[in-house]
Amino acid sequence: MQLLQILLSGIAQGCIYGLIALGFVLIYKATETVNFAQGELMMLGAFIGLLAFAGWGWPLAAAVLLAVVVMALAGVAVERAVLRPILGQPAFAIVMVTIGLGFVARGAVTMVPNVGTETFALEVPYRFSTVNAGGVVIGVAQIVVIAVTALLCAVLYALFRYTRIGVAMQASSQNQLAAYYMGIPVKRLNGIVWGLSAAVAAVAGLLLAPITFVHVNMGFIGLKAFPAAVVGGFGSLPGAIVGGLVIGLAESLAGFYLPEGFKDIAPYVVVLVMLWLKPNGLFGETARKKV
Amino acid sequence: MRFIFKTHYDQDLVLFKHAGARWSYGALALILLLAPWLLSEYLLSQLAFICIYGIIGLGLMLLSGYTGQVSLGHAAFLAVGAYTHALLVGAGWPFVLSLAVAGTLSAAAGVIVGLPALRVKGIYLAIATMAFGFIVEEILARWESVTGGNSGKQVGPPEFFGYKLVSTAEFYYLCLVIAVLATLGVLNLLRSPTGRAWVAIRDSEVSAQSMGISLARYKTIAFAVSAFLAGIAGALYAHKLRFLSPDQFTIIQSIELLLMIVIGGLGSVHGAFFGAAFLISLPQAIVWLRDYLPDSVANATGLQPTVFGLILIVFILYEPFGIYGRWFKLRTYFQLFPFYRRGLFRRQRAFQKSERLK
Repeated sequence: MQLLQILLSGIAQGCIYGLIALGFVLIYKATETVNFAQGELMMLGAFIGLLAFAGWGWPLAAAVLLAVVVMALAGVAVERAVLRPILGQPAFAIVMVTIGLGFVARGAVTMVPNVGTETFALEVPYRFSTVNAGGVVIGVAQIVVIAVTALLCAVLYALFRYTRIGVAMQASSQNQLAAYYMGIPVKRLNGIVWGLSAAVAAVAGLLLAPITFVHVNMGFIGLKAFPAAVVGGFGSLPGAIVGGLVIGLAESLAGFYLPEGFKDIAPYVVVLVMLWLKPNGLFGETARKKV
Repeated sequence: MRFIFKTHYDQDLVLFKHAGARWSYGALALILLLAPWLLSEYLLSQLAFICIYGIIGLGLMLLSGYTGQVSLGHAAFLAVGAYTHALLVGAGWPFVLSLAVAGTLSAAAGVIVGLPALRVKGIYLAIATMAFGFIVEEILARWESVTGGNSGKQVGPPEFFGYKLVSTAEFYYLCLVIAVLATLGVLNLLRSPTGRAWVAIRDSEVSAQSMGISLARYKTIAFAVSAFLAGIAGALYAHKLRFLSPDQFTIIQSIELLLMIVIGGLGSVHGAFFGAAFLISLPQAIVWLRDYLPDSVANATGLQPTVFGLILIVFILYEPFGIYGRWFKLRTYFQLFPFYRRGLFRRQRAFQKSERLK
């Protein structure tokens, strides 16, 4: 019974990692850029939701919608302003730009008076309520996390599978140049992917907010989502969620069975083992360059 | 204008490309030697810091700038060097021996971290090194009997045969000597077949391999040398701060080191020192800037990372070769005077090349 409890909290935590990793993977798949500012996008999303919900007293649904829409627009704007000019430059340069964006986002929020250095709680109605199912106590917040993750996965799956724009994104991610020749507006797609990814990040931030707190450094959880993305295989959407679950479970199991301190490094140990055994991850594609 | 007519292949390998370089580097050496008389105590101690960060930058430049392997765990090598040196010096070992052991141990760690580099590349490698960095950070915090844990560890001044280097000037000279030796060593390595092999690996692994370069061997060497330099710098860092704690060696430190070489100019030895100078002088510049800003902005704690991030973005967008790139253009302007034209260094428009199939 206790094991079940640990597994459940691991899965809920893993869903958060998975959602952030999903953001990485979306951008990586479409543009081959790794966005180191994903955690910061999540933080911004959580702050916007908090502002609307607690500050302006909006209903929760409206606040969530606002956060998602604003972040999606922000994602598009960032792509247009900063990433498009250096399209085609080495991946290293682009990664550095996203790190710079993360610094700016974190620093800028810190500078907001009375907000930046404080820690807030998002007082959603379900925050402390629990469900007792046959001896296993589950927080409603955790159930919400799991449910929303599942829903979001289904939506993204449908988007990529059935819509024109999704198919175009798939094409662009497989071969950008060929997609361009086929008349797919690759640049605009990249913008949309950034918007989508930022929206997913905002959802992750809003889901995480009731479980932990909203503060400037909550974006550092993104560093734990990297292992999730790698374990799943960096280019795979289902891989991101599975990787997130693996990392979340490993973390909560290590936290319970192993001495103190192992909980924090468990994701990294898992990722090192994974890179050693299967460098392309669980669902990653293996491809060799032919010369 | 200056023309260099090469009449012998050895001229490709000489340290000073022309007589003017001898003079300018000689002048630089003279200024650095006279610095204790020219600068205030505080500036001198900052200069020592620049030397230390320059050594780390050199190592990271070898790895990321010349071999093309990204490391997000360099603070861990710094930590290995710093703690090893602190422990050994604390146990009464002579300085030079302890420094060598610190460097070697760090290099050994580098070889271990380099192992995944033989199989993975790009972002996967960055994450593997990041994972290593986190694990080392946790070990530092938990292994209290050796590292002192989160309460930290005191380090004394460097000591040579009973003589303690306590003054700022003495310590500055120590850092300067080691930095110069490291620079010469790195320059020599880069002129040797090893350095050429690194550059070949950076530019294309497939073609390097087809030319008979053993990827495993040269990547491992790159990691080892890079970590060695970081270890040496770590030892100096320990003496400089006199106090070590795990929160000096976090992922943020690793990222800042990487930003340092990017801003300095990737793929140039100058860049390592330009970047170090930038990293050290930025907080000073911000303190100075505070007087001119409105209070609400000036006193905010987030000002420094914001400025840092903005500068980084601006550099990558407009000057991808960093401060060195600016310097190079300025120099070219004067060398070609009056024939320099604006489009000389214009970046080519490129479409994205897939790195997944590299």
